[in-house]
Amino acid sequence: MPRYLIRRLGRAIFALWGISTIVFVVLRLSGDPATLLLPQEASVEDVMRLRHDLGLDAPLLLQYLRFLGSSVAGNFGESLRHREPAMALVRSHLWATLELSFAAFFVAAVVAVPTGILAAVKPHSLQDHAVMTLTLIGQSAPTFWIGIMLILTFGLELRWFPIGGRGTLSHLVMPALTLGAFAMASIARLTRSAMLDVLRLDYINTARAKGLSNRRVIWKHALKNAAIPVVTIMGLQFGALLGGAVVTETVFSWPGIGRLAIQGIYNRDYPVVQASVFIAAAFFVLINFVVDLLYTIFDPRIRYE
Amino acid sequence: MSKRLSPLVVGSWLILLGLVATALLSPYVAPHNPIRERLIDRLLPPVWVEDGEWRYLLGTDHLGRDLVSRIIYGSRVSLVVGFAAVAIGGALGIALGVAAGFLGGQTDEVIMAVADMQLAFPTILFAIAIIAVLGPSFINLVIVIGISGWVTYARIARGQVLSVREKEFVEAIRAQGGSQWRIVWRHILPNILSPLIVVATLDLARTIILESTLSFLGLGIQPPTPSWGGMLSDGREYLLSAWWIATFPGVALMLTALSFNRLGDWVRDLTDPRLRRMELR
Repeated sequence: MPRYLIRRLGRAIFALWGISTIVFVVLRLSGDPATLLLPQEASVEDVMRLRHDLGLDAPLLLQYLRFLGSSVAGNFGESLRHREPAMALVRSHLWATLELSFAAFFVAAVVAVPTGILAAVKPHSLQDHAVMTLTLIGQSAPTFWIGIMLILTFGLELRWFPIGGRGTLSHLVMPALTLGAFAMASIARLTRSAMLDVLRLDYINTARAKGLSNRRVIWKHALKNAAIPVVTIMGLQFGALLGGAVVTETVFSWPGIGRLAIQGIYNRDYPVVQASVFIAAAFFVLINFVVDLLYTIFDPRIRYE
Repeated sequence: MSKRLSPLVVGSWLILLGLVATALLSPYVAPHNPIRERLIDRLLPPVWVEDGEWRYLLGTDHLGRDLVSRIIYGSRVSLVVGFAAVAIGGALGIALGVAAGFLGGQTDEVIMAVADMQLAFPTILFAIAIIAVLGPSFINLVIVIGISGWVTYARIARGQVLSVREKEFVEAIRAQGGSQWRIVWRHILPNILSPLIVVATLDLARTIILESTLSFLGLGIQPPTPSWGGMLSDGREYLLSAWWIATFPGVALMLTALSFNRLGDWVRDLTDPRLRRMELR
């Protein structure tokens, strides 16, 4: 177990290093932020001074080493636009994204697992077809369009929920549904097929033959063995949520790191983009790591040596 | 059998065939020029709504452009970007996946580590960052979307190669002196093709949605070229006065993605022997 953990951790760190390197290289290729930050009439000396202050006149390799050294310490430099540490900016926006992602994930999981089971219990029935059709729609509709349609219907027409911003619980409803829709559909479909796979196994017949109630057989005996693929996809979907948050936050003016990153890209605010992408990736890696550990709990046969 | 030819599958085929036909024949089937502005006709509602006109079945946008025509021309962008991106991602992924599975060792380690790395990077951020740097051109869009999808192909190809590699028939070919290349090309690839076709079909839905998302964010196809994502972005500004602008391109997108998703499932049901056995029970 510890050896597996160490190897897994090594991979995670390698992934984070690779990501930050790619982000560094790509963003440095994108143009000179000094000219963007200063007014048009700025003199060449002004530009040179700013470049020096920002460390942009150093050789690229040196810039890269500085970047790596300080990012290990969680320091991504100052935001070029907001004049405060990028990490502080990301941290102040992080909570909004986490709130949105967890709400979306919670809604998705709470709806999806029972729905998937409902479909699996009676395959090819009306309820099964209804679930499969709805989930197909959920997997196919683009996130931003779901958001716009919710805004149109429940925001502008019925006026049930506010159409943007963050604050009360009702601000959270539409963004969470929008962001969670895809995950909900995917988790429901996978729960269904995992349950179908398990329900035809002999031990389920045995459990039924013992006279256990249907409910007990399904929720206790079957679900436990169907949980591995379901947990896997939940982990993957949670990671995907972080990506979807970019779009959802843009549609709903949600003040999270996704929107921060997009604005950072538009403004060529390198440190902010690097910090937010790094943090998003770090969360993703962490989640996958946790999911891997959860396997060992759900399936004692998996023991990593 | 009844399950295989469900109405959804037939519907999906019809939608996609119709889509390909309208994309190919856009100039002949579109009632209007999709980029010609007629400000007198701006924000006209669909025909079944009060003030709607037969000239504009689904209404017009803020510049008086016909939505039907724009959706028809927009299908070209979606399909071309979608297929091209799948071709790039598929070719790259299959090549790397087969190499990883067949060569093993260090090659395998490196390729899979890079795959892990990419999976740890939210696709949309990756695409946005690259396109923000390279500029939003058609080619950049196709390349970025294509590259964003290679990992799935690589993983499936690698897994399949690993399971096929040790089969007796491969051993037999090797014993007869068949070259590595020949083994891969003639014997391994055909054996791993069907799951990859499933992945590619499902991936088409993903690439089309990703294209529309990037166009929606202003990083994809640039105006005035009609694209479904770009139209949705326009429509977002007019939700109160003209709901139809943001509604119909989204319906088109959803139906397209839905059809590819359904057909992908259908192909899988047809080709996956495990599932077929399940149906016989």
